[in-house]
Amino acid sequence: MTNQVTLQEKNLQTVSAKQRVVKIIVQVLLYTFLGVMALIIVFPFYWMIISSLKSTVEYRLPVPTLFPREIMWGNYVEAFSAANLGRLFINTVIVGVVSTLLSLVITILSAFAFARLEFKGKNALFAALLATMMIPGELFTITNYITVNNFGWIDTYTVLIVPFLVSIFYIYLLRQNFMQIPNELYLAAKVDGTGDFKYLCKVMIPLSLPTLISITILKMMGAWNSYVWPRLVTKSEEMRLITNGLRDAFTDMSGQANIPVQMAAVAVVSFPLFLVFIFLRKYIMKGVSRSGIKG
Amino acid sequence: MVESKHKWKAWLYLAPAIVLLLIFTVWPIINTLRIAFLDGYNMLGEVGGETYSFGIKNFTDVLDEYSGFKEALVNTLLLTVLTVPLSTFLALLIAVCLNSIKPLQRFLQTVFFLPYVTNSIAIGMVFEAMFNIIGLSPDAVTAESWGIINNILGLFGADPVNWINLNSSYWANMTVMVIYIVWNALPFKILILLGGLQSINKQYYDAAKVDSTPRARVFTKITVPLLSPMLAYVVITGFIGGFKEYSSIVGIFGDDMKAVGTDHSLNTMVGYIYDALGSNEGRASAAALILFVIIFVVTMINLYVSKKKTHY
Repeated sequence: MTNQVTLQEKNLQTVSAKQRVVKIIVQVLLYTFLGVMALIIVFPFYWMIISSLKSTVEYRLPVPTLFPREIMWGNYVEAFSAANLGRLFINTVIVGVVSTLLSLVITILSAFAFARLEFKGKNALFAALLATMMIPGELFTITNYITVNNFGWIDTYTVLIVPFLVSIFYIYLLRQNFMQIPNELYLAAKVDGTGDFKYLCKVMIPLSLPTLISITILKMMGAWNSYVWPRLVTKSEEMRLITNGLRDAFTDMSGQANIPVQMAAVAVVSFPLFLVFIFLRKYIMKGVSRSGIKG
Repeated sequence: MVESKHKWKAWLYLAPAIVLLLIFTVWPIINTLRIAFLDGYNMLGEVGGETYSFGIKNFTDVLDEYSGFKEALVNTLLLTVLTVPLSTFLALLIAVCLNSIKPLQRFLQTVFFLPYVTNSIAIGMVFEAMFNIIGLSPDAVTAESWGIINNILGLFGADPVNWINLNSSYWANMTVMVIYIVWNALPFKILILLGGLQSINKQYYDAAKVDSTPRARVFTKITVPLLSPMLAYVVITGFIGGFKEYSSIVGIFGDDMKAVGTDHSLNTMVGYIYDALGSNEGRASAAALILFVIIFVVTMINLYVSKKKTHY
């Protein structure tokens, strides 16, 4: 009798020991897989940074070094002049800041109208706007290209800013946020004789700040990463944005290009994005998980 | 009521958005449709007073053998068909693994999100540098430096591959693009799938544990079905993004859309549309409409399939 019990206990013990071993093996496998994948994800960034600090001679060694022997900060100076990064940086900041500010104003006003005000055809109009989000942007680009040519806007800041001021996605995002603010607040303000506009500024905007920050970051990143539109609508190099300068300055694919300088330019363009990533990640993740829109 | 007196006020708030939308969203829809059916339409020609007859010549021109559309279509389809399943599968695997660890979870989650906040042209240039061979001899036998990717592959005993340089093959170029696009697509997919996994009710797993259901069965019978709305979302946005692939290829190969010294074009449908802009807007519009129809049809098929398979 007693013998049987101990046997059972023993069985249980071996089972749990077995389970523990399996669990440890699974954990090791999990961490190994994730570790390898994380290395693959990070490697291009690592390679960009160390390459940007190497001399051309060191970069061309048959067996590459994993850390620069001599750190060449001069590559960064050269990158700025080779790709005209200074001027393009100023352009990008001007376009980014102005278009973000104007876009915020327009988005706030229209989101407020859709969320709080009553007017004929509100829902039909909103549905129609959402429907246009299904159409690929290239379809708009063609006619917009013709339109800005006819307006004589080629080679101006206007052409880089105005056509993209209204984003239906941002209006949608902010409207959803505005709708969550209880109606009682609005009615109470009405009773107190507070006007719509004052209510919008004093109550709704402060309560929707996280969404507004998300929109600001996405819009700024959009300017920073835009490539196709500036290339289409600017003739002179001076009016382009930073990504254009980056690609156009280094098109020599003969294998003789000065890659460390090129990587320095790439690092300069990537650096502000890293800062955004480190400090404002949570706002981006929030905006992204609701949209799938890049930049 | 108070607001009924001021109905016009709502339109005041909407005015700036409406004006811009009329010019840059509504008019383009009408006009692009119009010029797609004007034979040989060209912007400068119209300003100069030329008139165009109504017809489908733009479409037949696009589909013409020598216009380069066929290559662009094949490239785009291949890239989409290769990258969407691969990146979805990898993202699912990573998300499931991330979801089943405790220490370092947040840290790794952050690392995996890193490629999202990048400039696709800039990092494309880094990939170009990593696959680049320096000082390749014309007979492709010797080189000054084979590049870091070939060096790493060499550690596993592989022969160096000419990925993107002079005389590189179509499939070598394709491989580089697929790797870059998958790398770039992972963060968004992991973010969505991990969010989905974390919202699955733990009770299902506890029930499975009581019944001592094997891991694989738990995965196929609980995780995948409950995750299916997110999977559908990730696949649909993946297909749409795949059909619009352009700037990652510019990042690696420059806007010629081909590797130096090769004959095969790596152009995509969006690239084809942009090439036609500035000289032949009619053809660009026709190609854009074809792209729209393809995206629309594929999205509808996706929605139909996922409606049948998805558990909400």
